Amino acid sequence: MSQLPLRAQLASALGRTAATLSRATGRGDGSVIGGRVGLMLEPDLLRKLAADRKLVLVSATNGKTTTTRLITSALQELGDVATNAFGANMPAGHVSALASNKDAPYGVLEVDEKYLPEVLDTTNAGIVCLMNLSRDQMDRAAEIWLLAQKWRRALAGRPVHVIANCDDPLVTWAASAAAGVTWVAAGQRWREDSWCCPECGGPLDRAGFGNGGQGLTPAQMADTNWACRECTFRRPQPNWVLDGEYVTDPWGQHWRLDIQLPGQANRANAAVALAVAATLGLDPGRALPRLRTVTSVAGRYTTVERDGRSLRLLLAKNPAGWLEAFDVADPALPIILSVNAQGPDGRDTSWLWDVDYRILRGRPVLVTGERRLDLALRLAVAGVPFQLCDSFEQAMGLLAPGKIDVIANYTAFQQIRAEFGRAV
Amino acid sequence: MQSELSIVWIYPDLLSTYGDQGNVLVLEQRARARGIPTRTVHVRSSDPVPQQGDVYLIGGGEDRPQILGAERLRRDGGLHAAIQRGAAMLAVCAGYQIMGTVFGGEEGQPVPGVGLLDISSGRGERRAVGELAAEVDPALGLPTLTGFENHMGVTRLGPGVRPLSRTLVGTGNGDGTEGCYAGRVIGTYLHGPALARNPALADLLLSWVTGPLPPIDDSWYQALRDERLRAVLPS
Repeated sequence: MSQLPLRAQLASALGRTAATLSRATGRGDGSVIGGRVGLMLEPDLLRKLAADRKLVLVSATNGKTTTTRLITSALQELGDVATNAFGANMPAGHVSALASNKDAPYGVLEVDEKYLPEVLDTTNAGIVCLMNLSRDQMDRAAEIWLLAQKWRRALAGRPVHVIANCDDPLVTWAASAAAGVTWVAAGQRWREDSWCCPECGGPLDRAGFGNGGQGLTPAQMADTNWACRECTFRRPQPNWVLDGEYVTDPWGQHWRLDIQLPGQANRANAAVALAVAATLGLDPGRALPRLRTVTSVAGRYTTVERDGRSLRLLLAKNPAGWLEAFDVADPALPIILSVNAQGPDGRDTSWLWDVDYRILRGRPVLVTGERRLDLALRLAVAGVPFQLCDSFEQAMGLLAPGKIDVIANYTAFQQIRAEFGRAV
Repeated sequence: MQSELSIVWIYPDLLSTYGDQGNVLVLEQRARARGIPTRTVHVRSSDPVPQQGDVYLIGGGEDRPQILGAERLRRDGGLHAAIQRGAAMLAVCAGYQIMGTVFGGEEGQPVPGVGLLDISSGRGERRAVGELAAEVDPALGLPTLTGFENHMGVTRLGPGVRPLSRTLVGTGNGDGTEGCYAGRVIGTYLHGPALARNPALADLLLSWVTGPLPPIDDSWYQALRDERLRAVLPS
């Protein structure tokens, strides 16, 4: 990697300068502008920076940033790792990540779902890690069956090893086109996007139909099997199995995860990270202690303090993400919900109606954000008592000192972080 | 209607992409608020559509599920029987197009619909994404329609239907109208979902089955409507 051609060296150096300037002027973390400058000077920069590294691409609708962080932490046991830790998950961010750590023998890149085929093509990554696909910001994102099809086509006939969640039928369908796959039974709470066979359109036989986004009963959640009634497409036999707190590896050994990140979704992310690490020769006994050091990822799950109030920040960008956030939130605590509909959030708020909020009945619920009236009506129809607040500040002020949970979607989350000076 | 109002949600496994469940929940809530008990059936696309329901709902979806949904509805025939019996129906987006005689498939190829509305749809040049506002046909006596559209469809209305509304903002059918209705069947491109943003439309569907309905507390509905209409209409 120190053998980069002169033009590429110059391009990455100038990109780093732009990134430094962006940070110094408080415009951002610099990972996007730096990469853009680099790519402008050398369009082939990403390919050149990716060459000669062991590269892992991580993609999914939910959990990309966290899983990227977990895999990175694990691989640091083996050596230096270049990674886009701040969630800048398009090619400019990838260039910036790899350029800022040119000599790292490992690279772990979070990749936006739509960009996966392109980034795979450019980087020739050897390992691809796929966790889940569900509806997300439909006014600007690709339709998810089409997305799965693009993944499938990109993976077919390529010398790549895929680590995939076999409890998600769409992910399984995409991954099964690859030459080699390690299947991880990592669970799937949100099933509303996978009742039909991605292969033939027939009904998938699996637990939980008709819950209307309520999520699953514990028994349904545990019943992860699925099979098409009309063709041969069915859940593959998993190599790794997540069961509550425990992961069983392909050699039959059980590992208690005991990670600090909360919730079943993060245990799923950890299980996948262990499988990726093992593919690179790192056994769970060495990877797990590394995973346990991760406490907060780009502000997610972090706790911030103000005036005796201790607020835990949970990010939820889409219906599946809200179910995972509810799993983490403490029913005994008051909760602040904040929803925006700016570009990065999706301007269509109709997805709020896919989420079942009834689980919040019985706890104090405060509603804020730019689209608080959408959420207010949603809660009123669900019969969840709530209080409407003009600002996050006001919502905090209405609650007594103590612990508080906060769930916010993307820009609402960033606004809250900014209020606390991005103290992550 | 028998002792309880029966709401039938058609094919949520295929067509439930844009908060379509919201239309079900709003109907349930507004019926309950008037003391009318409800029963909701989620019909999987592998199962027969019950013929004895009161209000039928069908939602939006991607191209492929739309084609599958249309095929299965044609084969099933249950929805036709229900509509002939006098049941009410709201069809949204992909579900709206399915109700017509023909719609555009993945490559723009014509796909036969179920023929419950005299409309035909094809693919437009570009995607219509954003807030929509429209004045409803005065014959229906409803306030301004508000919602969010996200589709590439262009829908031509035949003589057998009336336009639901005339657009003030947004694309709708593509000819200055949005949605259509015939008898007790209403089609629209709006999510939002449509009945959450337009509670009077929900009450219209309910009243077709139950008869006149007393007013209920609409303050949260009204607050959201006011905000959304203010955001898109010139003051």
